[in-house]
Amino acid sequence: MTPSDTPTDDRRDPAPLLELAGFSKSFAGFKALDGVRLTLRHGEVHALLGENGAGKSTLIKCMTGVVHRDAGTLRLDGALIAPRSAAEATQAGLATVYQEVNLAPNLSVAQNLFLGRQPTRFGLVREGEMRRRAAAVLAGFDLNIDVAAPLESYSVAVQHIVAIARAVDQSARVLILDEPTASLDAHEVEILFAVMRKLKARGIGIVFVTHFLDQVYAICDRITVLRNGRLAGSATTAELPRLDLVKMMLGRELAHATAERALAAASGEAAGGREAAFAAFEGYGKAGYVAPFDLALRPGHVVGLAGLLGSGRTETTRLVFGAATADTGTAIVDGAKVALASPAEALHLGFGYCPEERKTEGIVAELTVRENIVLALQAKRGALKPLSRREQDEIAARFIRLLDIRPPDPERPIGLLSGGNQQKALLARWLATQPRLLILDEPTRGIDVGAHAEIIALIRRLCTEGMALLVVSSELEEIVTYADEVIVLRDRHHVARLTGEAITVPGILAAIAADAPAGEQAA
Amino acid sequence: MNATSRLLPVAATTAVFLIGFLICSLTFPNFASLRVVMNLFTDNAFLGIVAVGMTFVIISGGIDLSVGSVIGFSTVFLAIAIERWGVPPLAAFALILVISALFGAAMGAAIEYFELPPFIVTLAGMFLARGASFLMSTESIPITADLYSHLAEQALRLPGGARLTVPAMVMILVVAGGMVLLHLTRFGANVYALGGSRVSTALMGVNVTRTTVLIYTLSSALAGLSGIVFSLYTSSGYSLSAVGVELDAIAAVVIGGTLLSGGYGFVFGTFVGVLIQGLIQTYISFDGSLSSWWAKIATGLLLFAFIGFQQVTLGLARRSRRHATGGAHA
Ligand SMILES: Nc1ncnc2c1ncn2[C@@H]1O[C@H](COP(=O)(O)OP(=O)(O)OP(=O)(O)O)[C@@H](O)[C@H]1O
Ligand SMILES: [Mg+2]
Repeated sequence: MTPSDTPTDDRRDPAPLLELAGFSKSFAGFKALDGVRLTLRHGEVHALLGENGAGKSTLIKCMTGVVHRDAGTLRLDGALIAPRSAAEATQAGLATVYQEVNLAPNLSVAQNLFLGRQPTRFGLVREGEMRRRAAAVLAGFDLNIDVAAPLESYSVAVQHIVAIARAVDQSARVLILDEPTASLDAHEVEILFAVMRKLKARGIGIVFVTHFLDQVYAICDRITVLRNGRLAGSATTAELPRLDLVKMMLGRELAHATAERALAAASGEAAGGREAAFAAFEGYGKAGYVAPFDLALRPGHVVGLAGLLGSGRTETTRLVFGAATADTGTAIVDGAKVALASPAEALHLGFGYCPEERKTEGIVAELTVRENIVLALQAKRGALKPLSRREQDEIAARFIRLLDIRPPDPERPIGLLSGGNQQKALLARWLATQPRLLILDEPTRGIDVGAHAEIIALIRRLCTEGMALLVVSSELEEIVTYADEVIVLRDRHHVARLTGEAITVPGILAAIAADAPAGEQAA
Repeated sequence: MNATSRLLPVAATTAVFLIGFLICSLTFPNFASLRVVMNLFTDNAFLGIVAVGMTFVIISGGIDLSVGSVIGFSTVFLAIAIERWGVPPLAAFALILVISALFGAAMGAAIEYFELPPFIVTLAGMFLARGASFLMSTESIPITADLYSHLAEQALRLPGGARLTVPAMVMILVVAGGMVLLHLTRFGANVYALGGSRVSTALMGVNVTRTTVLIYTLSSALAGLSGIVFSLYTSSGYSLSAVGVELDAIAAVVIGGTLLSGGYGFVFGTFVGVLIQGLIQTYISFDGSLSSWWAKIATGLLLFAFIGFQQVTLGLARRSRRHATGGAHA
């Protein structure tokens, strides 16, 4: 499909809210954007979609002036505007939440919400008034936290909501959200959508970037798709069924998805033959952190952890990895009792851990993709046994191919990759160490549909090769496709264990939502 | 860091000062008096004033090495303007404040527009200001204007023969003003935000360029004010005065609990940091037999102790933060 034959109805609305035309941007000869246009109408939620590295974030940054575009014009209500910085964009009426949560971690939540527009009297910030308003704004997002506490004392998800609330509260004409839902759970996404609908009714236009197609069809009126920095097409949501949309994004059919389903079916049988658990946790827990639980990890076996945000999923994985120390129960690995008091011991036992906040804490932005990929493997081997350059090149090339990291250049500093591609490289880092147990916290967050299917296929393949997996995921459809066992958590308790036929999305949802006694029964 | 672990360094600094004062009082019979405290204020007024500016700079993630030279330049400028050119003292004061503020603004602009590290820019500023004062005069010039002797006599008389002098009053006003500006205004919040994350602050729509220029303007202007106070204190202008004061100011800021990497700190902590350095000096002058270089050694040891302490509390705070993650959501 070329841009010219996509349905356009620009003429129906004589006065669009925001019009982008001819946006182009090159980074050192690489065309990240090439003649992109986008038209946002009043009261419209406009999905901006595309694979990892398609240029979505770059388009947004060129729009707000954070990145200087090579060409292109921007009109707001027909008048040309040219913001040269985030400050000017905000003044012009474009409120933005960038992909990297952009707040000051050392300031209080209230200061973060109102930085630059705090209520003042005689030049002094009215702290009490600001806190009151901050609490009111966050209440609209169902968030009741101490707004006087520093932002960094809260989880990534809370920080993300604060960033969104800040943008929404600026009562701008246009709201731009770059993957706002990547670290939110289903409930929080619902709240965000409710807020978006309210803004929409007020005539505010919203640009919404996401990799969740369900969300696109739930809230968006219109879709613009980018592919390799070019406009792949634009249409109303009603005109563009899901399959066509995926085709537009990838430029090809999603062959992987079907292949992956076949693979899933095949290895589902393979997993039937039970191997003995090599690691078992009995009555393992930590007071005030996670209630005691039992957990058995077998080679070739995937255990999924499901539950709402803050239900104790991440905490469970941290206990298993020794990043937090249990105060009750025993851990048995290879038949022997182990202490697991630190991640170093867990690494020694062959455990690998890909944390949730990898986006902010995992990457070393200045190092190349290759160096980032071999980092953990090199650490495991120790400084005395350096990987030869040839080995490094081989490993990097293999994972770049396997995970489809784009651009496929191992020597590019990882900081210059798009958000999703950075994430793939981090996953590769842990896969490269070939652990016996790999713990993945939200492995597919921020990863596009194409790569998504590939990562799930990869997880299955790793299992058939005998790796044990412990996966935290909020995407239940996804867990269902690969987990052999699903543990459901609620309020820091393991409340249900589902196996075999019982692993279905409604089954998991029921266990998450069930009253405590019902959950205990299921367990 | 939560609210209490933020206050911990300042509390520790205050405790060190109080303990130090207690030790001095027990060692020297007539130490514990309002008079000694007031002298402490007067003798360290010029340091206290620049240290307040330095607190803003360091919290924003920068550094200002030029302040000592700016003080030196100010004293020479004042002496020459008043004594040779016959400029009325008050007009000379206003002039030097404007000049030093412009100098700071230029440094801030250089840091922003050429994306240079503050260390390099203010190092250049340090050489420039010092060189300029040598160009004006290499000798110490006494200032004999009436206003100077008048201001030197002016003081608030307190019980016990203690005197709250003009320099001390100026310092107290600057500390109070600094606290208000840093903790209660939008500008102050921007300073903290810059130290927390520069990129994010820009993306949040704060005018980072303007804020940075203002921070260095403030620091330099306070150095100019400190120069005025210094010239009042010595009744002269000398191009070699206040050499190394920038380092004393940085030490006071760090001892006061401000993180050298930016983002955290309080003006009050800096004030106590200045008093601690003054206390060490006073101890040595009371003792009479110790070399004044011991003051430097004691300051160095204190710095080490405080930096170590900060690392430990920071580490602990980070750990407890990790544990708390995810639990705060409603
Ligand atoms: N500063 C930069 N220097 C060089 N290349 C860059 C820079 N910023 C982005 N790129 C490249 O531009 C392309 C588009 O990146 P962008 O971040 O816009 O992708 P995206 O569509 O937002 O992807 P994702 O879904 O992964 O967030 C990528 O190939 C990326 O590597
Ligand atoms: Mg992006």
